[in-house]
Amino acid sequence: MDRVVAPDERSARRALRTQIARLERDLGEAFISAFPRVELDVSIPASGGPRLLSIGELEHVRDALVERLAEARARLDERGLVEEKNRELLERMLLEPGRYRYVRIKRSDLGEEGCGEWHVKPRLGLIGMLAGWWHVKLSSGCPLAGGPRASAVPPQLHTEGGQALA
Amino acid sequence: MSERGWVQRELAEEFPELALHTHTLDARPGASPPELRERLRVLSSRFRGMHAIALRRNPIPRAYRVFFRQIGLDPDTHRTPIEQAAVKRLLDGEFASQNLLDDGLLIALVETGVPVWALDAAKVEGPLGVRVGVAEHREGSPGRLPAGRILVADAERPLASLFGELAPGRGVQDHTSRMTLFAVQVAGVPQIHVDEALWQVISALGAA
Repeated sequence: MDRVVAPDERSARRALRTQIARLERDLGEAFISAFPRVELDVSIPASGGPRLLSIGELEHVRDALVERLAEARARLDERGLVEEKNRELLERMLLEPGRYRYVRIKRSDLGEEGCGEWHVKPRLGLIGMLAGWWHVKLSSGCPLAGGPRASAVPPQLHTEGGQALA
Repeated sequence: MSERGWVQRELAEEFPELALHTHTLDARPGASPPELRERLRVLSSRFRGMHAIALRRNPIPRAYRVFFRQIGLDPDTHRTPIEQAAVKRLLDGEFASQNLLDDGLLIALVETGVPVWALDAAKVEGPLGVRVGVAEHREGSPGRLPAGRILVADAERPLASLFGELAPGRGVQDHTSRMTLFAVQVAGVPQIHVDEALWQVISALGAA
């Protein structure tokens, strides 16, 4: 026998499903924006197979999506801050490379796609180092150069002394 | 071209856009012909990592993800069919050819985002539809399906859990000579895409 659903409950369920649809869309956009810079966990554990959810279960899904979306946006904001600071540092490196000797910034830590890194190096090797001739080079990078651990290196926020913050 | 299956009233009131589309045709399983294998190779070369990531932005895969959430499935664990195919493509390095039917189903899925399933028509009794199950025995497998599970069923018995496995013995076998295809349409999936998916499978089966 079909379950009878009161009109009020039906409209509440419809509203919750609409909210779930919108949150799933927003979470999907955040996930795409994050990749590959930030790894996001957007899963919401579920059990019981495909079924008609109760209002409480729909609310739980909605609330879990809200939480995931907030976490995702917070992580993206953090990442954006790191990248912005690194871009500011890169500008200073380009203006005064001699102050940032041997400092390296990966392109990925700037929010740029692809391999490679910006690197302050002496012109003409030892001669340049002794004479104080420094310049900034952009290396093409190699996906294998860092070895299998490269992807496990977290994004770096570099200080002006060239030291990376944890 | 396709017939519209029935949707139990409780489900239809909850999900007005939920629909089941079916088509029955004379077709036998077998090996995939060269032109179908070539289509899979072309699809493999067009489908890369970023396509897999950006699937969530595509309206039709997103529609199925939303529906999964709304029926208690986590699409990141119990993947939607198109995302499952995408992950497999990345892991295998290609859309691997298996056989005539599975290749046709895969091509339809990748081209349209709409999943299609195939049953042995001789094992289907009456029109197909979608309903909420009571605690019932599923032939060929031990135990019972829990009550409340959304099922694809014919007039007599459940044939598959929605977006899940087909009941044992109901799928296409070596001796099958007639197949019943079905596709599940949800909110946000245009009818034309469902029709196209079914047509793709029918066309592939006819190519043999």
